[in-house]
Formats: sequence, C-alpha cells, structure tokens
Amino acid sequence: MTRQQVLDLYFMENRAKLIDIAAFLDRVDRAEGEADFRLAGFKEAMKCLGDGAPQRAKNVLLSLSDPSIEPIDKAPGKGAVGAYLAK
Amino acid sequence: MRYIEPHAHMVSRTTDDYIKMATAGCACVSEPAFWAGFDRSSVDGFHDYFCQLTDYEPKRAAKFGLAHYSWLCINPKESEDVELAKEVIGIIPKFIDRPNVLGIGEIGLNKNSRNELKVLEMHVDLAARTNELILVHTPHLEDKLKGTRLILDVLKADSRIKPERCIIDHVEEHTVQMVLDRGHWAGMTLYPESKCTGARAADILETYGHERLWMNSACDWGVSVPLAVPYAALEMRKRGWTAEKVDSVIYGNPIRFMSQSPKFKL
Repeated sequence: MTRQQVLDLYFMENRAKLIDIAAFLDRVDRAEGEADFRLAGFKEAMKCLGDGAPQRAKNVLLSLSDPSIEPIDKAPGKGAVGAYLAK
Repeated sequence: MRYIEPHAHMVSRTTDDYIKMATAGCACVSEPAFWAGFDRSSVDGFHDYFCQLTDYEPKRAAKFGLAHYSWLCINPKESEDVELAKEVIGIIPKFIDRPNVLGIGEIGLNKNSRNELKVLEMHVDLAARTNELILVHTPHLEDKLKGTRLILDVLKADSRIKPERCIIDHVEEHTVQMVLDRGHWAGMTLYPESKCTGARAADILETYGHERLWMNSACDWGVSVPLAVPYAALEMRKRGWTAEKVDSVIYGNPIRFMSQSPKFKL
C-alpha cells in the first residue's frame, strides 16, 4: 500500500483511538486519589510514539514488559495487569 | 473463503458459534486444553475434561460439518501445583492415541515461576517420548517477553525436540522474531483488548513473512471473537492481499503445521 492508501484506510480509526487516549488521561486527571504504577508505565510507553524510531509497536510492548530473566519463586496469582512494577 | 480455526476453546462456546464459524467458511477446529476459569480440584476433573475434548466435543462439532482436533495438557495457570500436574500428565498417555488428538498443548508459562517451568519441562519430555506435536501458550501482557524467552530456552535445551514441530502461540511484535529465529512456528491470537488485532496481525505478516505463522481467535469464556480469523482475512483483502495469498495463511498454514501429525486429515 502507498502511504496515501494507508491513511485512507486507517486514519479515521486511529484518530478516534488517539482521542480516546487523550480522554482517558483527562479522566485519570479528574479522578481523585493516587495512581498506581500502571499510569507511569503508560506514560513512559507513550514516549515510544513520538521518538520517530521504527517499530513503535514493538517498543511500546517492550516498555510495558518485565525485563528480568530469572523465573520467580512462586506465582503470586494468575492474572496480568499490562504494565510492569519494577521491584 | 475457507479457513481453519487452529486455536479455539469450543467447550466454552455455544452451538450458535459453531453455526457462525461454519457459515463463514471454517473447515476445522483445533482445541487445546486450557484453564476452566477455576482450578480443578483433582485429576478426575482433568480426566472428564479430556473425555470431553476427545469424545463429546468432536461429535458436537461434526453436527455443524466441522472436523475437530484437540491437544492435551494441564494448562500453565494450574501448574503451580506440581504434584497435581504430575498426576494429570500421568493420565495423558491414556488419551494420546485417540483419533482427534494432535499433540501436547497448550503448555507453557503464565507467571514465569519455577514450578511452572518444572511442569513445562515435564510436558516437553512427554511430547518427546511420544513424538507428539507441541502447542505452546506464552504468558499475558507484561509477562510475555520474559516467558517467551524462558520457553524457547526449555525447548532448545531438549535435543529431542524438533523446532518445526512446535508452534509458539500468542506472539506479538516484541516476540515474533525470536520465535521464528529458533525455527518454530508462531501463532497470533486475535483479541479485542489484548494480544493482536487483525490490523496488527496483518502488519506482522507483512513485516516478518507468512511462511510459519497462523492466526487464531482463541475464543473461550472471556472477551473473544469466534470469527476473528475471517475478520482478519477481510482486513488483509482490504490491503490488497490476493485471495490466494490470504488462503495460504488462514487455510494452508494450519494444514502444513498440523499435517505433521499423521492423525490430521481434512
């Protein structure tokens, strides 16, 4: 596809997603209380969008990933939350 | 359009979904064993589940003209209890020769714990001893990168395992290359909120090639879309993929991988 075709196919969908992210951050700001580590992780990952580097999707995923390499002693539960809390 | 759904948990779907999938061109479903949403209390629960996967569910699928294949294991989410896992792995050989069983799966890791790794190694050993295909689940979200690396190391450490007989599922942009570099197949799961969207899956196919990749809906009792594969196929067609090329990914590739089992026939 040409860049023009990519824009024709995906611009409106991603414009809506961009506004959704902006509205989400506004919603978090309006809310009361402390945010947990996920918000900082989200904002850090957002930097990957504007740095002009290729593979932004990969870099966002890496930014939100546990970078350690050793298995943990015991599973703390079953779920995942989408961001990594550095110990 | 014709396609194969290579990873679907049909025991948690309704007959309406079978109708929709068959209508959309689905020819075959492959169903790995998975977590029920709660921990089973004993090996007997798994015995009954394996009966469901190898006896009842193929009959239910056949009512809608669909071939049904399955994979057996104790899912990584229940692998923290190593003693229960040993019991469950102990009964798998009783089911492994049933005609719709293609291999061991979906094994892997969930939270990347030492016990999960032990159970993964036991499953890999069973697959090696019985010469079965392997279908691997990689962890969710923040745990995926680390878990994928650990899983690849376990597979590499067992010299009996042939990389091309293992599919590593739920890859995303940060894990697909390392999986393909090891010679494995890679699966992309199309979910509305996590894993891959259809557009991202098409990006991955265009970036990393489509020789050893398949797409699946992994539809289960959670937020998931049984028709995710044909929806992704439409996405590819919108981008200008030919019908033949789409067919090679959503129909040809699952056949090429699963045909490594002599039981797979379509």
